[in-house]
Amino acid sequence: MGTLKQFKLPDVGEGLTEGEILQWLVAVGDTVTVNQPLCEVETAKAAVELPSPFAGTVTALLHEAGATVDVGTPIITIDVGGEAPDGDAAEPAAGLIGGAAPGGRTAVLVGYGPRTTEARRRPRRAVGTAAAATPGADHSPAADVPQRPPLLATAPDMTTKPVRHGGLEVGRQAEAHAASVDAAPSRAAEQGRRRPRPLAKPPVRKLAKDLGVDLTELTGSGAGGVITRADVEAAAAGPARVAATASVTELRPTPATTAGEQRIPVKGVRKHTAAAMVASAFTAPHVTEFLTVDVTRMVKLRSRIAARPEFADVKVSPLLFVAKALLLAAAKHPMVNSSWDEAAQEIVVHGQVNLGIAAATPRGLVVPNVKDAGRLSLAELAGALAQLTETARAGRTAPEDMTGGTITITNVGVFGVDTGTPILNPGESAILAFGAIREMPWVHKGKVRPRQVTQLALSFDHRIIDGELGSRFLADVGALLSDPGTALAF
Amino acid sequence: MSVSSATEVVDPVPGAGAPHLPRQPDLIQLLTPEGQRVEHPEYAIDLDDQQLRDLYRDLVLVRRWDAEATALQRQGELGIWASLLGQEAAQVGAGRALEPGDHAFPTYREHGVAWTRGVDPLHVMSLFRGVDNGGWDPVATGFNLYTVVIGAQTLHATGYAMGLQRDSAETAVLAFLGDGATSQGEVNEAMIWAASFSAPVVFFCQNNQYAISVPLERQSRVPLYQRAAGFGFPGVRVDGNDVLAVLAVTRAALAAAREGQGPTFVEAFTYRMGAHTTSDDPTRYRLASELEEWKLRDPIARVKAYLSRSGSADQDFFDAVEAEADELAARIRRGTTEMPDPPGTAMFDQVYAEQTAHLAAQQAEFEAYQASFEGGHR
Repeated sequence: MGTLKQFKLPDVGEGLTEGEILQWLVAVGDTVTVNQPLCEVETAKAAVELPSPFAGTVTALLHEAGATVDVGTPIITIDVGGEAPDGDAAEPAAGLIGGAAPGGRTAVLVGYGPRTTEARRRPRRAVGTAAAATPGADHSPAADVPQRPPLLATAPDMTTKPVRHGGLEVGRQAEAHAASVDAAPSRAAEQGRRRPRPLAKPPVRKLAKDLGVDLTELTGSGAGGVITRADVEAAAAGPARVAATASVTELRPTPATTAGEQRIPVKGVRKHTAAAMVASAFTAPHVTEFLTVDVTRMVKLRSRIAARPEFADVKVSPLLFVAKALLLAAAKHPMVNSSWDEAAQEIVVHGQVNLGIAAATPRGLVVPNVKDAGRLSLAELAGALAQLTETARAGRTAPEDMTGGTITITNVGVFGVDTGTPILNPGESAILAFGAIREMPWVHKGKVRPRQVTQLALSFDHRIIDGELGSRFLADVGALLSDPGTALAF
Repeated sequence: MSVSSATEVVDPVPGAGAPHLPRQPDLIQLLTPEGQRVEHPEYAIDLDDQQLRDLYRDLVLVRRWDAEATALQRQGELGIWASLLGQEAAQVGAGRALEPGDHAFPTYREHGVAWTRGVDPLHVMSLFRGVDNGGWDPVATGFNLYTVVIGAQTLHATGYAMGLQRDSAETAVLAFLGDGATSQGEVNEAMIWAASFSAPVVFFCQNNQYAISVPLERQSRVPLYQRAAGFGFPGVRVDGNDVLAVLAVTRAALAAAREGQGPTFVEAFTYRMGAHTTSDDPTRYRLASELEEWKLRDPIARVKAYLSRSGSADQDFFDAVEAEADELAARIRRGTTEMPDPPGTAMFDQVYAEQTAHLAAQQAEFEAYQASFEGGHR
């Protein structure tokens, strides 16, 4: 066996403290070359591939995919062969990043971090300075307590967040605090020993805040009394947790942690969807109109169409007819197929309809669109819709298929509901929701009959589309569905 | 929705049918993305085979350096790296247009220009490793230190150019900036001063389409080169991925500056193929399709195609350049990882040409503080 080298998770952004290993791209036993990608790591800033700093054979993967690893922690061991190429870098323990974080490691702020040997603060020499350090003593939290509280610690307990941003405010806060300390020298004495600021890394502080754990209540199990993630989790789970103590004068509302509550990080498609929905809902003034339609004729026509040879391989769904009706009505009312260009102060009336279909996928909502759908025959449209939704559900929709949409249909009927008030796909001016088709009592030719009935809901951007245009458009879609023969008149 | 074909070169705007920029009859190009030489009535260039091969070598070596630096950052050896990937031709073309006596004022991404000025890559690496503030001699290389403050170097460059003017020196200044910097006040002030005094400065803007994440169309309603008209000097747009066109255009602009005709604004229309820096995730604001389209306009591939087709270079030459690039990368890797950390007192050394009493007192205080720790200070 040759020399073993460990690669420690570097700070791939500026000031990152941890990263999640998304996947390993190599396995134990693999031969790797310098700069060969080893794994993919996601940090708060980006998902990046880590290239190997060594050439050799992988002997161990030290964390599984999915693990969140602190910066500076070894993630992989590589056997680089017989002799160490660089004498001083031979032993893995003397790597550049602070090793497995022994005692009081300071935050890693540059890529190659502090040396392991300096992770511990060196004790001050026993000279007659004003510093209160005990000569030769280990650097313990108690020894760290300043005689005067830190300028920006605004309260003895740590529940109040110090003001850190906005230069003036920080200054004022600091001045006020210093003044209050100077004016009341006895206050600290009355309270006895001031509690030290608990030692914990920022992600752990965040976790504690999220879980409603008061760090001042905990005793750190880490080296040097540092409170670890496990300490916080144990405190959050444990029965011995005390909600408030006498010293905490102001009760902070803790997030309600009902049994079984789950917290899901907002990312990926969910994050994108949320941003798009907020942008749309608060940019375009929405109006929604509803229409209940007897689609019995359309349902009958559907079986006749499906029997035709050119439709043998495609699904003739109610959505297909709704799409066709919308395309015909949009051709008659081109203004519904338009966009608001805020920067140019122009309304862009699109020359073609790129028909978006809202699709529920395992990853979330995506809205791929059929380019220039108005030119397609009914059979071609059926094929395009089938392919679109299939690709979307497989999660393989290409970015270009998701951009450039001009009008959208959302088929809420497939979930068995009647209607909804859809939110516009950002940049578009109209979206049609199509509900479930139900057999309902309906007045048909003067008598109450069981008929196939559905509801349509059209939301439109009221900046572009007036009530009249929206109503006419919706009425036309409804008329085409209730009496498909009128398509000949379009 | 119209889809522009990949081979269409008059409109190298990413994103099919991107409405934000019109077609570009004004784009100066001498070598198409397919490696075809085309002529331009105003910008002729005549290079011999050796000169063409040298340009190719510059492009390849600079890209290899950039790739190695990006990897070293991912391995924890650099604090950060600003990649030039995709902008090699703009930088090498501009850098090779400089005469030895000229002076360049870079941003923090001009590694390719640094290369053409003979700056040792390790001097740039030490800056990004946080070991020093850039180790090269700005006077000897005619290449100023990197400026991280966006656009500030355009003022330095203009002031320097005005100094040259007063010295009656027949040299010119090349000020680098990005598209995002054009929105900065300093840049606009610099251009006004340069115009008012007819300073011998060329503003070389690499329009790589994004100011970190903000696309160009959010910053300018007109193509950037047209802004020069408002300041009263010529503006030209050149295909920034065409090293020959960049060289020709920048040479002409620098020559005009030396002759006393005042400033020129050169917009090198290019694309940042990588992230803004290693701390950035471009997938959050760019579409993959846009990147794919720009890959077809690669600045190196077209030179290679032209060299091969014209018989100006053979496979042995390309292989030799590749080998040289690997050697360079190995030297950069070794040199970077072996860089010694500077002593803490180094920060006092290069603030003033002559240290002030105040600073000397601070240094003494700092040294005493460090000496108060057991084991002394490194």
